[in-house]
Amino acid sequence: MANNIIDLKKISVAFDGEQILKDMDLTIEDKEFLTLLGPSGCGKTTTLRIIAGFLQPDSGDVIFDGKLINGVPAHKRQVNTIFQRYALFTHLNVFENIAFGLRIQKKKEQEIKETVTEMLSLVNLKGFETRDINTLSGGQQQRVAIARALAVKPRVLLLDEPLGALDLKLRKDMQNELKNIQQRLGITFIYVTHDQEEALSMSDKIVVMNNGVIQQIGTPIDIYNEPENAFVADFIGESNIVDGIMKEDFVCKFSGATFKCLDKGFEKNEPVDVVVRPEDVDVVPIEQGMLKGKVTSVTFKGVHFEIIVDIGGFKWMIQSTDEQFVGDNIGLYIEPDAIHIMKKSEYSGLYGDFSSFSEEFDELSDVNAGTEDADDE
Amino acid sequence: MNKNSKGLQRAMTAPFTVWMAIFIIIPIALVLFYAFTDANGSFTFSNILSIWEYRSTYIVSIELAFVATVICLLLAYPLAYSISRMKARHQQTMVLLVMLPMWMNFLIRTYAWMTILEDTGLINTLVKGFLSLFGYEFEGFAMINTNGAIILGMVYNFLPYMILPIYTVLTKIDHSVIEAARDLGANGLHVFTKVLLPQSVPGIISGITMVFVPAVSTFIISKLLGGGMTYLIGDIIENYFLGNTGEVNYNVGAALSLVLMVLILISMGIMNRFDKDAETSGGGLF
Repeated sequence: MANNIIDLKKISVAFDGEQILKDMDLTIEDKEFLTLLGPSGCGKTTTLRIIAGFLQPDSGDVIFDGKLINGVPAHKRQVNTIFQRYALFTHLNVFENIAFGLRIQKKKEQEIKETVTEMLSLVNLKGFETRDINTLSGGQQQRVAIARALAVKPRVLLLDEPLGALDLKLRKDMQNELKNIQQRLGITFIYVTHDQEEALSMSDKIVVMNNGVIQQIGTPIDIYNEPENAFVADFIGESNIVDGIMKEDFVCKFSGATFKCLDKGFEKNEPVDVVVRPEDVDVVPIEQGMLKGKVTSVTFKGVHFEIIVDIGGFKWMIQSTDEQFVGDNIGLYIEPDAIHIMKKSEYSGLYGDFSSFSEEFDELSDVNAGTEDADDE
Repeated sequence: MNKNSKGLQRAMTAPFTVWMAIFIIIPIALVLFYAFTDANGSFTFSNILSIWEYRSTYIVSIELAFVATVICLLLAYPLAYSISRMKARHQQTMVLLVMLPMWMNFLIRTYAWMTILEDTGLINTLVKGFLSLFGYEFEGFAMINTNGAIILGMVYNFLPYMILPIYTVLTKIDHSVIEAARDLGANGLHVFTKVLLPQSVPGIISGITMVFVPAVSTFIISKLLGGGMTYLIGDIIENYFLGNTGEVNYNVGAALSLVLMVLILISMGIMNRFDKDAETSGGGLF
């Protein structure tokens, strides 16, 4: 408890009558890499802006290092932000951008020079001091933004989808680099993203949000393996989510069959949501199958095949390294530890069925993602 | 680009090229010709040299235009800033209000100021009437035919040309840049001096140019609101060409115009240097 750096207590915010955050409670530990993950409009950026001091919550408290900082303006907070569009000062060169905060603090010229040099080598931009911001690539500008924010030695660094405008390869490199920087400096990073892969690979702790409400807080492994509800299960990775009944501890029934599982503590015969990850389902000869179905679509994905199987009208997604063929009847085998049971929630029945899934649909969403990226640049 | 589209491009620019030749190149050539010739058409420097006697007029013109430009800048910047911070809908209305006077004829607007500032004009009539209620006799303010009235006329007429370019650069400044400055510890004053002002230099430069150039060469404003008490260089040039109060002499008139043009070019050159400096360090917003 002693090393909590930020405490948000019962934070609520509304814009034009629309509730953005509802009674949000969140504790952030010192030196951790925490990711706020959720679809756009879920309130993650709003949360970040409240911590930064750009936005005052309608109600609730912001506590920093044990002190209430509700009314403290942004320029007096020990947190710094990396903005989505870098927000660099285009009238200054690289050196002066990084030195900006230090000059305001009226640091000595010698100290400024040392810090800027140190920061430039931290972000791998040695020798860029006199470069004009407009001549830098997106990735380089992002590095300058990181160096500029870190130069003033913040306790907490806030990152608002910092890699959104970069291409895939560069994004992967920067993910590693950011993680390295965070570990080397030993400061708290609060990272906002809608990219679940990014969140899983970088974070110590993930906060999944939707509609202004925290859905689940946990380590990447917990969030992936033990999703709290259908929303989380669907948002993080691919999931088959089916209606089931908990017969008794360690025994559940779904899709017309009874399975052993590792979950307990439910009422007898309680209706539940059952999550099975596509990669946890084994394809077996039909007579050995716990479930039986007909293959309706097969897509080669490189590492594996993505197979859609119709089981009693519900379409399952299965990932297998063995090729299957459309129209074949196959059996499916599910280990007890591959089954995850969730309480029914407001999201039950909304996600986890792949019947609307098709190649065309996949491409459409890819196109949308593409234009979104283009907008960011 | 292939040959055909190049030909098409040339054809499309042809009307303007002809226009430019007739109404810009030829007149400038004529000004140069008259400025360096005497009444008989033979080459001379005497016109240019005779301008020395008008040096005080040049100085007064530049002084008044300078004061008007500074006042415009001081009025325009805060206004442009507040407009740029308004909601989009209100911004449109405000920009419309700024531009509205520009849709009315320049002469009519200046005449309107005459009737406001005259000894028997709107202001004096109202003030006198008000004071006479209390039994005071008041001679009225002497407003018309002063340098103050000329500056007022310049500021009034040219203010929109200062507001609009500054407003344009300010709206182009990404709000997150201001947040970034605040985030790095900048208070309101720092944000202004270290971010907003440097980033709005290009707008300020074009505003200054667009106000100073017409102000320094005006003759209508000084004539109508200055009442001939203060001669500006524009008035002298007008007289030499139209002979309102003296002899018609195209040669001296052209020489005066030429020198004014050169002075304006020099001051614009200096201005653009500021702009260039800003650009090389990354301040160029266009």
